[in-house]
Amino acid sequence: ISFRCMGCSTEEMGLFLDFNPFDNLLCILLGISFTVWFTLLLVFIIVPAIFGVSFGIRQLYMKTLLKIFEWATHRIERGEPTSLEEEIKEIRRSGSNRDLDHASEFEMSDIFYFCRQGVESIMDDEVTKRFSAEELESWNLLTRSNYNFQHISLRLTVLWGLGVVIRYGFLLPLRVTLAFTGVGLLVVLTSIIGFLPNGRMKNFLSEQVHLMCYRICVRALTAIITYHDSENKPKNGGICVANHTSPIDVIILASDGCYAMVGQIHGGLMGVIQKSMVKACPHIWFERSEVKDRHLVAKRLSDHVEDKTKLPILIFPEGTCINNTSVMMFKKGSFEIGSTVYPVAIKYDPRFGDAFWNSSQFGMVNYLLRMMSSWAIVCSVWYLPPMTREEGEDAVQFANRVKAAIARQGGLVDLLWDGGLKRGKVKDTFKEEQQKLYSKMLVGTQEDRSRS
Amino acid sequence: MGSRASTLLREEEIEEIKKETGFSHSQITRLYSRFTSLDKGENGTLSREDFQRIPELAINPLGDRIINAFFPEGEDQVNFRGFMRTLAHFRPIEDNEKNKDPTASEPLNSRSNKLLFAFRLYDLDRDDKISRDELLQVLRMMVGVNISDEQLGSIADRTIQEADQNGDNSISFNEFIKKVCL
Repeated sequence: ISFRCMGCSTEEMGLFLDFNPFDNLLCILLGISFTVWFTLLLVFIIVPAIFGVSFGIRQLYMKTLLKIFEWATHRIERGEPTSLEEEIKEIRRSGSNRDLDHASEFEMSDIFYFCRQGVESIMDDEVTKRFSAEELESWNLLTRSNYNFQHISLRLTVLWGLGVVIRYGFLLPLRVTLAFTGVGLLVVLTSIIGFLPNGRMKNFLSEQVHLMCYRICVRALTAIITYHDSENKPKNGGICVANHTSPIDVIILASDGCYAMVGQIHGGLMGVIQKSMVKACPHIWFERSEVKDRHLVAKRLSDHVEDKTKLPILIFPEGTCINNTSVMMFKKGSFEIGSTVYPVAIKYDPRFGDAFWNSSQFGMVNYLLRMMSSWAIVCSVWYLPPMTREEGEDAVQFANRVKAAIARQGGLVDLLWDGGLKRGKVKDTFKEEQQKLYSKMLVGTQEDRSRS
Repeated sequence: MGSRASTLLREEEIEEIKKETGFSHSQITRLYSRFTSLDKGENGTLSREDFQRIPELAINPLGDRIINAFFPEGEDQVNFRGFMRTLAHFRPIEDNEKNKDPTASEPLNSRSNKLLFAFRLYDLDRDDKISRDELLQVLRMMVGVNISDEQLGSIADRTIQEADQNGDNSISFNEFIKKVCL
């Protein structure tokens, strides 16, 4: 028995000796692959980001994805489109005689009009649907954008599975690494620059640092951005206004130009970033208590704008994130200041991943993870020619004019509704307007009658 | 959220609703998606506040009456079945339904049921008559503060005069139908 044990033990020892070289080999292989990985990362992503150059890898990626989506779309059943128009015609046939040239006095069937409007808005309305993600016509292989996900075909499911592996296994870790690099560099470098004396060198360095870090962040999200009309880029002493879809808007705009940001000071990581950014160049951060004071806000903004050495201010006048199918009411505050306004329209392509941040559905971290596990974020940015307030135009009219220009360029629906309706109730004045319109119809006809 | 909603509604329920209301499968899943997006409390029912959160409905002068139509007598919550039942009144009448078996029970979206819905917007106390007061109430809701009491009163009187045929100074459902469908 002891002899056998001896034999076993020598065999075991032999085997044990054999494992060592394998172990080493494994370590060496891992080491090599990490080095290769980081070198590739550095060469293809970080260095171009520093210099603002591009290899065109992302454009190629985008074209490939589009071809795959087109192929996938053919295999999805389309449901019957629900049409409200047929419903309207039917109610009219049932006896509502709401032709305005036939405007008799009150008819009992007049209520059909309000009735129809009311039930239509219950089924679907123009406002609340702007606060949730836009529905797509074709599927982009992300479960989150498929409302009718049923098992369609084996091939499609396999493709989807492959997509999941690529997105979560390869793209997500890559992007997270880049994001940490970008943010880390931003904080560290801006703090260092903060020690320099104020002057042209400091401004130049701060601009370069900001641009570089935002470019790294852009690559961290695989954002493929097309900038149009760059000759209209905002200049110092102006205010840049844009439509708001998500916090990523800031990164997209700031990677192409330098802006002074406006916002509330947050706690945590955001707060750290904000405090270090302001060391390098003047941004406008407000304490929570100061935000309510409209005069204080306006004063700080106009002080900043008057100083021509300071960067243009970036403001999102909608006040909240909208789902990028429409532009909602612009708050008039930024339009009262009286400086040149540079409108910018941002339109995301929803086929690659929905960029809208539904803050009631996900928090910021969850949202960023979703963004980083989409295929890509593809968007177009249009720099519109600068506008100033005209004679006899008040702030609200000016704001509406700018909003219309942005909506037209971006192909978005121009709505008068306030984005604040996401959380608050509509004002009664709107109902009173409707009542006024209807009354005019009744009373107007009475006057005609008495005349005849 | 959308894909989850359609799995919460069971196939048997969809079939039942289809039979009762005549909506198609995809219409029902879409409306269920709408129902859940309105249901902020996520308890499977809608309250009056959920409806009033729709801005276009909140500014509708008859908004409150329309919302009322969804809630059965004395109740404050409406579930998906009730929601669909009320919406079914507004489903268009399709051609293939017109020649249906006359002994089958009347579909929810029949012409007469649609008119009954509108009639009930006027007739709050459900006594099957629209009195002068009820007519005035609805008129006042539609015009707000823009027309005086006397003017409104005379409009109401004129309307009742034209429509009333049996001289009881109020409008019954049949008189309503005759007045509305020329």
